[in-house]
Amino acid sequence: METFLEEVNKKIHGVPLQACYHCRKCTAGCPAASHMEYNPNKVIKMIQNGQKDKILNSSTIWLCMSCETCITRCPNKVDIASMMDVLRQMAIETGVGAHEKNILKFHEAFLSSIKFGGRVHEMMMTVHYKLKSGDLFSDMDIAPSMFLKGKLSLLPPRTKDMKSIKNIFEKTKKI
Amino acid sequence: MKVSYYPGCSLHGMAKEYDQSMKAVSRALNIELKEVEDWSCCGASAAHNTNFDLSIALPARNLIAAEKNAMDVMVPCAACFNRFKMAEHHLKADKDLKAKIEGVIGAKYQGGIAIRNPIDVIYNEIGIDALAGKVVKPLAGLKPVSYYGCLLLRPPEVCEFENYENPFMMDKMMGAIGADVKNWSYKTDCCGGSLSVSKTAIVVDMCDKLMSAAREAGANCIVTACPMCMANLDMRPSPNMRMPVFYFTELISLAMGLPGSAETFKSHLVDPQPLLGQLRLI
Repeated sequence: METFLEEVNKKIHGVPLQACYHCRKCTAGCPAASHMEYNPNKVIKMIQNGQKDKILNSSTIWLCMSCETCITRCPNKVDIASMMDVLRQMAIETGVGAHEKNILKFHEAFLSSIKFGGRVHEMMMTVHYKLKSGDLFSDMDIAPSMFLKGKLSLLPPRTKDMKSIKNIFEKTKKI
Repeated sequence: MKVSYYPGCSLHGMAKEYDQSMKAVSRALNIELKEVEDWSCCGASAAHNTNFDLSIALPARNLIAAEKNAMDVMVPCAACFNRFKMAEHHLKADKDLKAKIEGVIGAKYQGGIAIRNPIDVIYNEIGIDALAGKVVKPLAGLKPVSYYGCLLLRPPEVCEFENYENPFMMDKMMGAIGADVKNWSYKTDCCGGSLSVSKTAIVVDMCDKLMSAAREAGANCIVTACPMCMANLDMRPSPNMRMPVFYFTELISLAMGLPGSAETFKSHLVDPQPLLGQLRLI
């Protein structure tokens, strides 16, 4: 049977995670490390230890903002940013879901907006996110001034060939 | 010169100042823009966080559409730029993936056009001297720090941005238009990106840190080339930490005295007009 490490390595398409010698340069440069339960290099160790449930259920993988500082500075070119993408995708595909629920709900609202019009409509996406997350009142203080300054447009933009967009979503669907 | 132009969703939404100033500056510098036909969203963070194939297919659809113009494609939004470069990187490195994505889109990807951001186009194709030669109103008294963020630069093998740990092209441009650009060590730090709405407290902390570092460097404003950095820096810092933030093209447009250049400042959340007025730049 495939180990968790083999499974992740296969999906990263890069340097295998075991090339990491834990110099912790990734963790030192990570802007989100102080908010994570596990430092980026610790996640590698946990993957090697097969701690799949613990990692896929963590906040850590969702708090990574993909700034890519880790891979930029890694002396062994271990692609930790891709690893985080892979772990998030595995959490979704295996039905574990997101420990940081609102982060995933925001991504889903964003993708729904593309599915609807081919292009993202910020106002519609925000309303969608708020309804899904139940976070109705945040940013209500800045919304009126954004509207008055013309930052929020009312009309949703649209790609003409919506068939091609629907097709992309349909054919790349995982679950 | 002539390039294909991919504005992306932000430039038709919250970052319309960037689109307007980008078009004005391009016209004045003789960069002719031809918009990519019937473009769609690049997928941004939402796609690559959740589905790898989707994160390649969405930008690939636009790359294939841009190839019809047979010119390099200029992508002003740092997030779109990053996703375009990432798609190009994977499509060129992995034949199986390329075949799969072409099957999804129903068209062939040739890989024959370069994906460029406007910092690179203006710096390398127009040049600093030509830019300085077009200045009618040097931005004396304006003290920006240049903020490049993440998405233009990283990963370096993919983005191919010059001097990715200490980039300088935007700094040189600001110098060429008469601004007293300040040096600082936070040019390539992260602003919190896509967590702005779903994890706001973290982003507030990150933006406050950037604002405080900019002040310490002696800056009175920040200049950026990324709609996400702009949105976060303009919207998220604590009230006592804020300072004006500009797209680099807005400042170039102002220094070149282009029509409508003062208009875009009105849509900023942190109003830059008092600062510019005090310096007699508007």
